[in-house]
Amino acid sequence: MKVLVTVKEAATVADDFEVDGHRIDDRYLEYDLNEWDEYAVEEAVQLAEADDDVEVVSVTIGPERSEETIRMALAKGVDRAIRVWDDALEAEDLLDVAAKTRVLAEVVEAEEPDLVLTGVQANDDSFGATGVSLADEIGFGWAAVVNALDADRVLEEGVAAVHRELEGGVVEHTEVDMPAVLTIQTGINEPRYASLRGIRQAQSKEIATRSLADLGLDAGAVAGDLELLDLYEPESESETRLFEGDPGESAAGLAEALREKGVGAE
Amino acid sequence: MSDVLAVADHRRGELRDVSFELIAAGRELAAETGGDLHVAVVSGPVEEFAERLAVEGVDVVHTVDHGEEFNHDVYAAAVASLAESVDPAYLLMPNSVNGLDYAPAVANRLDRPLVTDAVDLAVDDGLTVTREMYGSKVETTVSVDADRAAVTIRSGEWPPIDADGDAEIRAADVEIDESAVRSRVTGFEEVAGGDVDITEADVLVSVGRGIEEEENLELIFDLAEALDATVSASRPIVDNGWLEKGRQVGQSGKVVTPEVYVAIGISGAVQHVAGMKDAETIVAINTDSNAPIFDIADYGIVGDLFEVVPELTADFE
Repeated sequence: MKVLVTVKEAATVADDFEVDGHRIDDRYLEYDLNEWDEYAVEEAVQLAEADDDVEVVSVTIGPERSEETIRMALAKGVDRAIRVWDDALEAEDLLDVAAKTRVLAEVVEAEEPDLVLTGVQANDDSFGATGVSLADEIGFGWAAVVNALDADRVLEEGVAAVHRELEGGVVEHTEVDMPAVLTIQTGINEPRYASLRGIRQAQSKEIATRSLADLGLDAGAVAGDLELLDLYEPESESETRLFEGDPGESAAGLAEALREKGVGAE
Repeated sequence: MSDVLAVADHRRGELRDVSFELIAAGRELAAETGGDLHVAVVSGPVEEFAERLAVEGVDVVHTVDHGEEFNHDVYAAAVASLAESVDPAYLLMPNSVNGLDYAPAVANRLDRPLVTDAVDLAVDDGLTVTREMYGSKVETTVSVDADRAAVTIRSGEWPPIDADGDAEIRAADVEIDESAVRSRVTGFEEVAGGDVDITEADVLVSVGRGIEEEENLELIFDLAEALDATVSASRPIVDNGWLEKGRQVGQSGKVVTPEVYVAIGISGAVQHVAGMKDAETIVAINTDSNAPIFDIADYGIVGDLFEVVPELTADFE
């Protein structure tokens, strides 16, 4: 059985930052494996640990810099990786869901996985839609926002028996026929740290690079219909009364305000 | 094709509020395009839902009577089919967990560009969508260069429409191919509350990612004891297994309305704010003065929780 995990190098923004045109100035961005993808990688690696016949392949759309992030996934137990990139992708300010779908669909066609795991969303663009869009495109079943997966039934019956995390503390139990795409929610497992041995082994694992042409696509496939017009800090509507000074002073000010609200009254 | 089609959201026999917010957003768009506003309701007691959805500004409510509960294969097929016959310029769906389970498939099937989690919409020379990126740190405007688009909207951003209307209710002529239904909902489960009920507390001391390590939670429990408060948490603390699920505040956890809510090391992502914004008094302690939690906090300290919290505890002991 083969599990394909889509991973993305996602940027987090420093507390204080500056906007440069339609982008956050690179000095204030820190690149890391997307938080949701950490859980998707862990879920895939756990399937591989439960059954020797499971191969885990990860795919990313990203520049050379993202190989560092992919190496971390390899160090945690992913067997090999594919990185898709070229000038046409580089030129896009905002890669839309349809573009990602077209690229990933070609990778799925080449790899023929039984199960595709994605994160629910990426912490940068937060579209939260690529997994389900991909599933529809490639004719797989799917489930979005999965916070439990029964590994035994995946391996023995070819059924993805999942819990979907709905709003308000309600969980839906759903069964999806495989092949399937599951979008993985944080908290589904405890992502491991890469071991030193894993990090060493990752150095010799394959990261295959693919251009759009390699996948049989042209630049038009990722051009997309969305254009980023503006990116800005939202206007703060804050009317917060801030308590300043050293920690003792600010805490004393807040304590007084809380007492006025009746907090701590016997 | 200047019309707008909005898809209602419901779960376990209840229409969700976002349905009426979708109608509000749809009404605004229809006013700008000069088209009609259509609403679709799929599965469940569709007749009863349609009567309620026929509010002011809605021209037609389409019902698809198929099954009781949400099934994404049924939704994707029904909504795609309706969108083909109504041919709306703009197809609006909820950015709910279920919305994200079918909207991307519908957009893909119809070959429409999809923009998710919209907080504002405008029609000028085409559709322009406002949405957040980087965990609410920035807002963006995105233009859609297509005559037809699909959008999911964030709940709580449009005032729900509830004034009576006179929409026509129409049973949609939609065939669902049962062989294409490849997922089955087998049941529901409510997340256990554990031994504390955070929805009953007058004062909540709530802890987030800023606490860094599990052993540091002691600081929070000490403060809660001094304030005679209950401890709650944001998602990462529960994901890490440091506190039980019943203590989680937010969209996927509990909605709380205490008299005082003290958010410590919580940045205030939209999913969290959905669970606590109606607290009477909101207090934030955070190192990041730009954290969105300060947009809704009444009182705040911009500072290191490891320095401030012990001082605050000592003040009440």
